Amino acid sequence: MRCYAQAILDSGIPQDNHVVVSGIGCSGRVAGYMKIDSYHTTHGRAIPFAVGLKLANPELTVTVFSGDGDLAAIGGNHLIHAARRNVDISVICANNFNYGMTGGQLGPTTPFGARTTTSPYGSPELPFNLPYLLAASGANFVARWTTIHVRQLKRDILYMFSKPGFSFVEVLVPCPVGFGKMNFIDEGLDEMLLYKERCVIADGIPIDELGIDLRTDQPIYVGRFIDRDLAPYRPVRLEDIE
Amino acid sequence: MTSSGVLTGKHFFQGDEACAEGAIAAGCRFFGGYPITPSTEIAERLAHRFPEIGGVFIQMEDEMGSMAAVLGASAAGARAMTATSGPGFSLMMENIGLAVMMELPCVVVNVQRGSPSTGLPTLPGQSEVMQARWGSHGDYGLAAFSPWSPQEMFDLTIHSFNVADRYRIPILLMADEVVGHMVERVVIPREDQITRWERKRPDPNNKDAFEPFLAEDPDLVPPLAYAGEGYRVHFTGLTHDELGYPDMSAETHHRLVTRLVEKINYNSEKIVQTEDHFMDDARIVVVSYGSTARSARRAVKDARQEGIPVGFLRLVSLWPFPTNQIRELADHVDSFIVAEMNLGQMALEVERHVRRPVTGVHHAGGAMMAPDRILDAIREVANTGYTHLR
Repeated sequence: MRCYAQAILDSGIPQDNHVVVSGIGCSGRVAGYMKIDSYHTTHGRAIPFAVGLKLANPELTVTVFSGDGDLAAIGGNHLIHAARRNVDISVICANNFNYGMTGGQLGPTTPFGARTTTSPYGSPELPFNLPYLLAASGANFVARWTTIHVRQLKRDILYMFSKPGFSFVEVLVPCPVGFGKMNFIDEGLDEMLLYKERCVIADGIPIDELGIDLRTDQPIYVGRFIDRDLAPYRPVRLEDIE
Repeated sequence: MTSSGVLTGKHFFQGDEACAEGAIAAGCRFFGGYPITPSTEIAERLAHRFPEIGGVFIQMEDEMGSMAAVLGASAAGARAMTATSGPGFSLMMENIGLAVMMELPCVVVNVQRGSPSTGLPTLPGQSEVMQARWGSHGDYGLAAFSPWSPQEMFDLTIHSFNVADRYRIPILLMADEVVGHMVERVVIPREDQITRWERKRPDPNNKDAFEPFLAEDPDLVPPLAYAGEGYRVHFTGLTHDELGYPDMSAETHHRLVTRLVEKINYNSEKIVQTEDHFMDDARIVVVSYGSTARSARRAVKDARQEGIPVGFLRLVSLWPFPTNQIRELADHVDSFIVAEMNLGQMALEVERHVRRPVTGVHHAGGAMMAPDRILDAIREVANTGYTHLR
């Protein structure tokens, strides 16, 4: 959130033109913490709400700030379709690998085998590789960072403001209470150290290799994975037809 | 056609097309929707018409996204609309509740088909009347209208935008398949003769002190600030205080929910619309709405030919319910008949308001109700000598 706030200050775009939209969850509350126009919507619906805002007033710089459960599970359909349409909004997805606000349940990004309160014997499901999903869906910009990569994260959020089309950054965030303690990561700081030890900056790495399993010794790849210029969505105008 | 897109003149329109033209005439410039029979022609016509007048048409991935996009557009200041039918209406319910809570004006058209579930996609129904009132979770108030002709699809669409703007509520335009697909003459007035009610807006010279959910006027409607205007507003579906920020106290919750409900109660006389005929000598009143009201009017006329003193009351607005009108009528008449294309929804509401016998003429949907059925009911009630049936 600090990176987002700093990016707003550095953007040169008047603060009154920045709008943040969030869904439900821990990161959904971000809308209430920002002193800009902010909309805290229903669970999963932040993206279509943001699409309506942006299309009704293209002057606005619209950012969706929400979690992996909100964006990729209950809101998953909206996520892929907004990326496919390439609507000019930015999405910051805080991924903590579980539903934290409700007390640590299985989510769409929970690694296979990880324990949560609703997967007490280990998750039997394969998780989403979010950058892979977004790249396949048609987003113009896809990146992943963690809460220790503050400079890179701020830089990329700033870049997303001016990047036409749909941009998406996944931010790995510690959730020591909901996810960590059931998976042998005691404190938030321990997860930060884990990021520090295992993260490998790998811009442009094949996106199908971006799956994450916090419990193994596999590297966690971070960086910018997609930066392309597919045509962004714009409403049909008569002059385009004639 | 004027530059604003208003198609002034006489037309031969389907109800769904008339609705789309009504939206354009009302200044609607955002439509987010998902195709569903029998409402699809509204989306199709706006997809065709919006590019020439600068409107935004977007076909969303589902009805939850449609409703959310409409609210986002409304938050940015647009007059925004969606159109659907039963299954989609169910999917929109959660965000209709968000519209109530955020007090974002918008119009949701429901061209009703046979329900429940997938039901009868191509055939009429009127069985979402109670869902319109209570379908989203919680206590709240909103308004719903019921057009009975293509002309009224046009007129009430404009009126729906006006009422939505005036009271900052979602409006449910509860049409049915008969009215949506029927083709009739529709007269569109000159643009300067179309009434548009303005939204209540905050004082731009007092941005820092603005409290977005503080209703200072007796009508309980706070002014509406749009995204990007510099008011730095916060809107949430959580229980919020006058500043708009979450407050989880029982007191704030009670204050907010009470205001949202009382906002409709206080203004209900201005929202309620009914039409009546032959009331002077009426001992029996037939209450109906939407396409069924066309059959009901025929039946009432035929019954009067037979010398039965029967009157006709059409509910143009379904919600808020016309409590005062119905109670006043009950002082003068002996019996009510409610004709509707469901198994008894508005009949319950009429029963709840009057101490007079209420006879229902009901059909689950799938075909427009025949006037004969209503006429039979009128004769039967008349033969009892207007005494109380129960």
